[in-house]
Amino acid sequence: MKRRTFVKGAAAVSLAAVTASGREAKTLPKQAGTANILEGREFFLDIDYAPVNFTGKRAVATAINGQIPGPTLVWQEGETVTIHVTNHLKKSSSIHWHGIILPAPMDGVPGISYEGIAPGETFTYRFKVRQHGTFWYHSHSGYQEQTGMYGAIVIKPKRKEPFAYDRDYTIVLSDWSDEKPTSIYRKLKLSSDYYNYNRRTVGDFFSEVGKKGFTKAFSDREMWNTMRMSDRDLSDVTGYTYTYLMHGNTPATQFKALFKKGQKIRLRFINGAAMSIFDVRIPGLKMTVVAADGNHIKPVTVDEFRIGVAETYDVIVEPKSQRAYAIFAQSIERSGYALGSLTPSADKLARAPKMDKPQPLTMADMGMDMAKVGSQKGMKMPMKPYRWKAMEAQKYPVTPLPMATGPQNTMKAMSPKYRLEDPGVGLRNNGRRVLTYADLKNRYSTRHAKKPDREIILHLTGNMERYMWSINGIKYADAKPLLFHYGERLRITFINDTMMNHPMHLHGMWSDLESGDDNHLVRKHTVLVQPGSKISYRVTVDAKGAWAYHCHLLYHMAGMFRKVVVV
Amino acid sequence: MKTLLKRALPILATGVVLTQQLWSAGADDPLRATLIMDKFEVLDNSEKSREWEGSFYVGYDLDKLYVYSQGAATSEGLEWSQNEFVYSRAIAPFWDIQAGIAYDKNADASKTWAELAIAGLAPYFFETRAALLLNSDGNVGLRLEAEYEALLTQKLILTPSLEADFYTKEDPELRIGSGLSNIEAGLRLRYEFVREFAPYIGVTWEKTFGTTRDYNPVDETSFLVGVRFWF
Repeated sequence: MKRRTFVKGAAAVSLAAVTASGREAKTLPKQAGTANILEGREFFLDIDYAPVNFTGKRAVATAINGQIPGPTLVWQEGETVTIHVTNHLKKSSSIHWHGIILPAPMDGVPGISYEGIAPGETFTYRFKVRQHGTFWYHSHSGYQEQTGMYGAIVIKPKRKEPFAYDRDYTIVLSDWSDEKPTSIYRKLKLSSDYYNYNRRTVGDFFSEVGKKGFTKAFSDREMWNTMRMSDRDLSDVTGYTYTYLMHGNTPATQFKALFKKGQKIRLRFINGAAMSIFDVRIPGLKMTVVAADGNHIKPVTVDEFRIGVAETYDVIVEPKSQRAYAIFAQSIERSGYALGSLTPSADKLARAPKMDKPQPLTMADMGMDMAKVGSQKGMKMPMKPYRWKAMEAQKYPVTPLPMATGPQNTMKAMSPKYRLEDPGVGLRNNGRRVLTYADLKNRYSTRHAKKPDREIILHLTGNMERYMWSINGIKYADAKPLLFHYGERLRITFINDTMMNHPMHLHGMWSDLESGDDNHLVRKHTVLVQPGSKISYRVTVDAKGAWAYHCHLLYHMAGMFRKVVVV
Repeated sequence: MKTLLKRALPILATGVVLTQQLWSAGADDPLRATLIMDKFEVLDNSEKSREWEGSFYVGYDLDKLYVYSQGAATSEGLEWSQNEFVYSRAIAPFWDIQAGIAYDKNADASKTWAELAIAGLAPYFFETRAALLLNSDGNVGLRLEAEYEALLTQKLILTPSLEADFYTKEDPELRIGSGLSNIEAGLRLRYEFVREFAPYIGVTWEKTFGTTRDYNPVDETSFLVGVRFWF
């Protein structure tokens, strides 16, 4: 099983057409499974070092079966899968099945689910597949995910899906750096804006002076200057060191998804990046989003969607003309993009559209009450009536949790609001129809779901200057586990006291996101919490054992992490 | 001092390499060390002074050991240097409190001080440090520094800086008087080829006051060229 192939950007084009269940599926020949797709009940995965060359420079990756991304695993809902994972690295390793509902010892988090997989050893995972849709897997050890250890999981449904399509492609987005992850982390600790080449300049200030006059320009900066925060701090690690990959391909080699005119194409997007949030669009095509984090939603047609680290979205597109369309995924801070082509023929490649200009963060991202700020500062800010009063009004017994303040947190969101209809920084008022969390409605009714028994409030906290991240001001190393009670329905409210988006991932149990309609709570495994905002979801605590709960940005994770114990 | 620097640099460099090897993956707060040479420059004055100002630290998010060093040398040898060795503890999001010893040296004499300092990022992004010194003669010193980074472009950075020293007592050996002793204002324009390496040009104005002026009358504006680097 052990293979040491030279993984090049151009090497792997994964064309997964394994689950076409549409009306034409029977008449069309299915795409031949390439080496990148493994289907069945028993799998052998080998973790090993692999030489790669994404940038023109040779580097060493940690890869699964010699591929980046690792092979797409195709499972069948209802079956029991057995996966033998052998670690050929010199260090301990692991594989976590992201978003999969399974027994705690199979979850693959070293220190919580098990001890990890020691060098030279094989661990056999075995569990029943109780769900269907698009998921993924990745290493949960050290920084191995950054260096190539991630892959897609496609679970074929027992029952026919409520939408039709002819072809099916899996697209794992990721970020590659030739730098060692430990070196990236060290640089962030020494100088947190090391990778940010979109900082405010003197010129930016003077152009504001030109627009609004010195006094106004100066006073508008007051809040940022006194708080020592940057409105340009969108992403910690950028295209300065990252090459963005679309299913293992650089923008130069391009991922290719083939179509025939008139076909409906299902694209399964997975954000397997370490640190990069992507904004995805296919210029010239509308995308109908049919699933979020593997779960069916009421279809919603958009031009663009933001995909937080570890989220997945399934979209269906219908190319109308015989031309190559760009599958364009620009990173949130607009320092680069991943690119592929949706094309009638593999030699016809699309050109990348121009990247958007980065937008600065606003006072809302700082958790300020925009209505108040607007009146105080005389800002012209068209205020929509606040839509989320019903969510604010929900009251459940709150279990108090330990909180700490100190050098580890810089900011407190003064007036955090539910901002589900806010597409987020960089996507606001861009003239395109952008998916927001307010659009996400469970395809099926959740009317009969239990109401929450109690609520916990978790503040996402940090100090960007010192590059420290924590929950409730307490980092993982100093924190006691969170106790969930088996059988309860728990409401979790996040308040983001930082200026960054944090994709929060609860292992083992679903996060039923409150997106404005309690009868259609959308079911997610990873929830992107916008800076300065508040968001709530409900968790049915139906999985015994110990679970990980953390920010999925790799360099935030060690601090912004909790162990959850279900008792 | 130059030979001392020659000896010290490899030790510091080794420290950096060693701590990088100590790095344990996944931990949120690994030990780190860095040497930052903010100023390493030659002045266009009559002595062609070579000046440096830098720091080295090893530590964690909240606790660090710092070595600060600044000074000037001419072809005659060391003119003056101020060196500090402090333990630094974060006490607020943007502020560290530091305690340790300082060691001043000029061509003729040297003095050791006990030191207490506060360092951090003040509102409006001013990098500041205030050090209170006390030596066995009962002299109390106060040294203040502030610096600002104005980005002309993402890589071209203008740094105005201001330093002022005060003492309660005259010290003939260190050639300082009581009260405001000296002020130094600088303006440096660097180009960051990479974050770690940035050559610069600049201008500095230095003036001594009061009794210090009797020992060492300075009122000088000098152009300078240097390089800022860290690793």
